[in-house]
Amino acid sequence: MTVRTAELVMAIATMLISIAIMWKSTELSIGWVPQKGPGSGAWPFWLSTGMLLASAATLVRWFLRATPESRSEETYISRTAFYVVGVSVGAILFLLIATNFIGIYFALLLFLFFYLRFVGRHSWTTTLSVTIGVPVFIFCMFEWALTIPLPKAISEPLFYPIYDLIY
Amino acid sequence: MESILLSLSGGLLEAFQPLNLLMIVIGCVVGLFIGAMPGLGSVNGVAILLPITFLVPPNAAIMFLAAIYYGAMYGGAISSITLGIPGASTAVATVFDGRPLAIAGKADQALTAAAIASFVGGTVSVVLFTLFAPPLADFALRFGPPEEFALMVLAFATFIGLGGDDIPKTIFSILIGLVLATIGLDIISGRPRLIFFDISGFMHGINFLVLAIGIYGIGEMLWTLEQTEGNVIVHKVNMSWRAFLTNLGHVKYYIKTTILGSILGYFVGTLPAAGATPASLMSYGLAKTFSKDPESFGKGNVAGVAAPEAANNAASTGSMLPMITLGIPGSPTTAILLGGMIIWGLRPGPLLFTEHPDFVWGLIGSLYVANAFTVLINLAFIPLFVRVLTMPFTVLAPIIFVLCVVGGYAPSQTMHDVWLMLLFGVAGYLLRKLNYPVAPAVLAIVLGPLAEQSFRQSLLGSQGEVWIFFERPISATCIAIAAALVLYPVLRGLRKPAKAQA
Repeated sequence: MTVRTAELVMAIATMLISIAIMWKSTELSIGWVPQKGPGSGAWPFWLSTGMLLASAATLVRWFLRATPESRSEETYISRTAFYVVGVSVGAILFLLIATNFIGIYFALLLFLFFYLRFVGRHSWTTTLSVTIGVPVFIFCMFEWALTIPLPKAISEPLFYPIYDLIY
Repeated sequence: MESILLSLSGGLLEAFQPLNLLMIVIGCVVGLFIGAMPGLGSVNGVAILLPITFLVPPNAAIMFLAAIYYGAMYGGAISSITLGIPGASTAVATVFDGRPLAIAGKADQALTAAAIASFVGGTVSVVLFTLFAPPLADFALRFGPPEEFALMVLAFATFIGLGGDDIPKTIFSILIGLVLATIGLDIISGRPRLIFFDISGFMHGINFLVLAIGIYGIGEMLWTLEQTEGNVIVHKVNMSWRAFLTNLGHVKYYIKTTILGSILGYFVGTLPAAGATPASLMSYGLAKTFSKDPESFGKGNVAGVAAPEAANNAASTGSMLPMITLGIPGSPTTAILLGGMIIWGLRPGPLLFTEHPDFVWGLIGSLYVANAFTVLINLAFIPLFVRVLTMPFTVLAPIIFVLCVVGGYAPSQTMHDVWLMLLFGVAGYLLRKLNYPVAPAVLAIVLGPLAEQSFRQSLLGSQGEVWIFFERPISATCIAIAAALVLYPVLRGLRKPAKAQA
């Protein structure tokens, strides 16, 4: 996909999003409510109208080839960039989905191991020290110091002995 | 004047409290590191680390974050000089002369100049800040909702007039930030608003941190991963006491440009859209124009390193002036600090000076302390920071991703927000590749609730008459300047084609 095509797709996408928000805002009053001032929906409604107009302006400028992006025939995301970015986003997606099932700490272990060993191709020493060090740091920082429990799903029972120790 | 000195000494005492002092020193070191790593700037560091500061009281937290901001401005120069890659966008201008100096084997000279210029920039601006803040806050006490709203309109208008990005894209960025801020319960009527697909997670609204970490954490990392595929070459730095003392003697060659750059940087920094990056570029240009020897710029002139470094440090302090006195952040980083203040239960604005003097003066005092510590730590540990820079990005990136995920979860403790954060990160990355500016959106989501409230209160007070914004002198002035800022690039755009034809 060229940058020019991407600019067009993005302008259309932002227009659709604007329209969706405008439509959603009308669920609440967008006019004047006596004694209460402007209705709850008015502020988001007019803001999203502005978004629609701004996106439309980008679209018009695309047709006129006014912006540098609308003239560029370069690739929007190169193959190598797509690989690095795609793998990173995929790994984070996996991290979030896995958190729902095996809890964040075990998901972190898998995520870090995969990223360091297979994306970064680092040595075993680097891989293992980061893979183990980071979750331990996160645990000390959040559970112990901040007392913010992170989601643990089915791995919760494994943490009972540690809870006894620190609380 | 006397009362300022009295308050300032109180603030300095506050900054020397053991916990606060510790946080300042840690903040300086973390900031230096963040600034030095290419792809990480003050805004990324502050966004990613804000959730961790819930650990300490607000006073210590703001000092920590301000110290990071400060340190990052110093640190940016380290990679600009030794790698030839700006450590943060604020250090772009430092590369112009820092790189040639490093190639010529004078990296130590450039690094010392950068550190000293940063120190001068920090000192000049913090003194200006101390003098300007109390009277400005005093003046702003008279502001009612119409003035507050007009001021925010002005803040957003600076992005359109001075931001230098594509105008429709800038407007889109501002508006989507404001719209995202409206999601959740409406503060005035208490009714749920924009609950997309009836997902209950939207009921508590979108915390600004979710957007800030998404864009400046995930999005920025994706961007940097794409950019840093090539190899980096680190230049050797030889530091010794004797060399340091000779380098210190070079101060006389650049002290004038440094002070000039500091004052310029401070005032440019107070503008929301401008900030440290344009300030440093302007300062570089100014130094070159007024130099007796403009030819040597770009080929390794120490003044070319000192000028932008003084300006970017001064600008970072400058951007705190409107944040503390008016409740309008002067940069994306201060927007996040402002959001943090709201989380800590403080209402940013002129009342802060009267209601929480220990907080405000503690922050100001900490700026003096942080400035002194950063220059010392910077000079003492330059070789160490240079070694850290050789760390491959694929080690740092997953650690940052993890901090983003956990930091996105912490404020509201729902996975819903983490998913949103990933969505914003990817969307931010895709938008940024098309040159949509993202900073206005972050500023807008922080200011959004305040803007809406002051807008609706103003209209309620005037029974729906929009004229209220034009009748009152201060708000009318703000709106007029805002209108001029918006119209200026439009008119310039209209004149350009006419000129081309003639």
